Amino acid sequence: MYKIAKENLSALFRLIAETRELYLPVKTAGQTNYAAWSEDAEVDLDTLKTVKSAKDAFFPQSEGLYTVKKEGKKISVEPEALKEQDFVVFGMKACDVKGLEVLDKVFLSDPVDTFYAARRDHGTIVAMACHEPEETCFCKVFGVDAAEPKSDAAVWTVGEELYWKALTEKGEALTESVKELLTDADEAAVETEKEAIHKIVEKLPYMNLSLEGWNGDALSEKFDSPIWEELYKPCLACGTCTFVCPTCQCYDIKDYSAGDKVSRYRCWDSCMYSDFTMMAHGNNRTSQMQRFRQRFMHKLVYYPANNDGMYSCVGCGRCVEKCPQALNIVKVIRAFQNQGGVK
Amino acid sequence: MQELVNRAKELLADGTVARVLGWKAGDLPYNPEPAYFETAEELDDFVYNGFCGANLSKYMIEASKLEGKTMVCLKPCDTYSFNQLIKEHRVDRDKAYIVGAGCKGKLDIEKIKKKGIKGIELIEGAELTDEADTLTIQTIYGNKTVAYADVMLERCHVCKGKEHMVYDELIGDSKETKDAERFDRVAEIEAMSPEEKFAFFQKELSKCIRCNACRNVCPACSCRKCVFDSTKFDSSQKANVDSFEEKMFHIIRAFHVAGRCTDCGECSRVCPQGIPLHLFNRKFIKDIDELYGEYQAGADTTSKAPLTNYTFEDAEPSIVGKRG
Repeated sequence: MYKIAKENLSALFRLIAETRELYLPVKTAGQTNYAAWSEDAEVDLDTLKTVKSAKDAFFPQSEGLYTVKKEGKKISVEPEALKEQDFVVFGMKACDVKGLEVLDKVFLSDPVDTFYAARRDHGTIVAMACHEPEETCFCKVFGVDAAEPKSDAAVWTVGEELYWKALTEKGEALTESVKELLTDADEAAVETEKEAIHKIVEKLPYMNLSLEGWNGDALSEKFDSPIWEELYKPCLACGTCTFVCPTCQCYDIKDYSAGDKVSRYRCWDSCMYSDFTMMAHGNNRTSQMQRFRQRFMHKLVYYPANNDGMYSCVGCGRCVEKCPQALNIVKVIRAFQNQGGVK
Repeated sequence: MQELVNRAKELLADGTVARVLGWKAGDLPYNPEPAYFETAEELDDFVYNGFCGANLSKYMIEASKLEGKTMVCLKPCDTYSFNQLIKEHRVDRDKAYIVGAGCKGKLDIEKIKKKGIKGIELIEGAELTDEADTLTIQTIYGNKTVAYADVMLERCHVCKGKEHMVYDELIGDSKETKDAERFDRVAEIEAMSPEEKFAFFQKELSKCIRCNACRNVCPACSCRKCVFDSTKFDSSQKANVDSFEEKMFHIIRAFHVAGRCTDCGECSRVCPQGIPLHLFNRKFIKDIDELYGEYQAGADTTSKAPLTNYTFEDAEPSIVGKRG
C-alpha cells in the first residue's frame, strides 16, 4: 500500500503520460467525460459519474475497421492498425470495471474481437473506490463492491491523500514506474474508508432492489408480459440510456465514402433506434415497445442465459440520471416486482 | 395537484375523456415520468410538482390517434407547442381536453447536483402550492437548502409568460419567473469573432453523443421518418465520422425547425451532455424577429409564419452579406 498527496497528482499524471497514453475524467464545457490527459486538461476526480462510462477507452463509439482505396485500376485494402501503445485509464469506478467484465464475455469469446482484445491487452486500469456513492447507485445489487474495485490498481480517497494499491501484474508494473512519487502507507486509513463506503451504500434507496425472477429461464414469462405495453409509453426512442451505459455492446458497421476511398467503420448502435438490426429482409423490430423490451430483456434475461447467470447491468445508475423522461432499469424491475408480471 | 387529480377523476367518470396524460411519481424525489392514467385508482400515482418539466404536447400526436379524448396537462409554455402542432395538422384539437396547469417554474436536477448536492433522499418545496422560495433537500450527507430560482431550468428564467395559449380549463395559479432577457446570450455570441464563435460551438457540440434525445423530444421534430434515420443517407444518425461531424446534425435540425420552434427548451433540458442547444433556435427566432417583425411560433393557430409566407417586404438574401 502506497499513498500520494492530491497536490502531487499533476506530477503523477505527467509521469504516467511520459511513457503511456493516459485517459481520465476531464471536464469540458461543464461536463465530465473520459479524455486523454494533457497539461491544460481540467482533470475532475470529484464527479462520481462521468456522463459516458469509460467504455470508449476499450470500445470507442466510432472506430475505423479498414479503408479501401482505388488507384487507377488497382484496389487496395488497408486494415486499421490494432492498438499497440500501452495506455492507462485512471479513475474508473468499480461498476465500470465490472462493465468491462461484461464486455469481455462478448468480445473475447470466439470469435475474438481483435480491436477490443488489443486494447484490453495494452490497457492498465487504475480504479477509484467511490468516496461518496449517490442515490442513483445500485452496484451492490449486481454484486459489485464500490469500496473494492477489481482493477489493475486501486486508489482510495482519504482526506487530502490518495491511497494506492497494485492488484495485478500490470498494476505492479505501473506502480513501479511511478514509485518515485508514492510513499509507503499502512492500510488502516483505507480500511476505515471502506467501512464508511459500505455504510453509505446500505443507506442508498435502490439497495433493496430484488432481482428475483430475472434469469435465463424467465424468457417467455417476461417477454409476453403485458407490462411492457405500459412501461415503454413515455420512451422517446432516443439512445441516451444505451450510449451512457458501460455494458451496452451492440454496434453497427457503416461505410463512409470520400471520393477515391471508402472507409468502413463501426459505431455504437442502440436497440432504441428504428434501424437497429435492420437487414436486407427488412423485418426488424417494428414497434417502440419491442425495442424498449429488447434492452431490458437483453440485460436481465438473454445475457444471463448465455453467461452463467451474469447480468449485463452493473448498477452504475447512469440511465437513471440521464433518461430524458425518467425511465430506467430500476423502474422496470420494480414494475414487474409490484405486479408479478401480470396486469 | 390534488385539484388536478380530482378534476381528472371527474372527467374520467363522466366519460368526457378516456384517459389522462400527466406525470407519475418517480422512485426518487425528482424523477416523475410522463404517464397515461385510465382509472381513478391509477391516478393515485399522479404527481405535479417542480420536476414535471417534460412538455407533454408531443405525446398528443400519438394520443390523437386513440379512441376518445385525452385530458392533457399543459404548462403555459407547453401550450405554444400544442398550438404549433395544431397548425401543422399533427394533433387533433378535438381529441384533447386541455387542462392548463399552473406553473411556478420547473426545476433542473442537473443544476441541483452541480451545486454538489448528492445522495438525495427527500426534497421539500417543489410543490406548486408551496409558497416557499427555497428547496429543502435531505441527503445522506446532511441537509441542504437551495433557492428555488437558482435551480430552475434555463427556459424558466426567460419565461414567455403565465398565460396559456390554448386550454379548455385552467387549474392552479402561475408565478412570474422571468428574471433574464431571452436574447442576451444570443447577442453575446453574435458579438464574438467568427473564430470565437466556432470555438464556442465546437467545444459545446463536441460533447454530443448522437443520442438524438434533442430531436426525439422536440415537438417541432415530428417527421414520421427523420432524414438522419434513413439507412440510405451517408451521414449516420448514431455516430460521428469525424471529430466535429455532429455540427451537421445540429445545424440541419436548427434550420428545419426555424420559424416553427416555440423555444420550449426541451432540447436543452434533455441533453445528457448539457449542451445549450436552445441557443441555435433562439438565434433563428431573434433573426426572424429582426427581419420580419416579432413573431412567436405557437402563439396562435391561424397566422401565417414569416418563413412560409412570401411578401414584398421580405428581407432579401443579400441581407446575409450585409449583416456579416
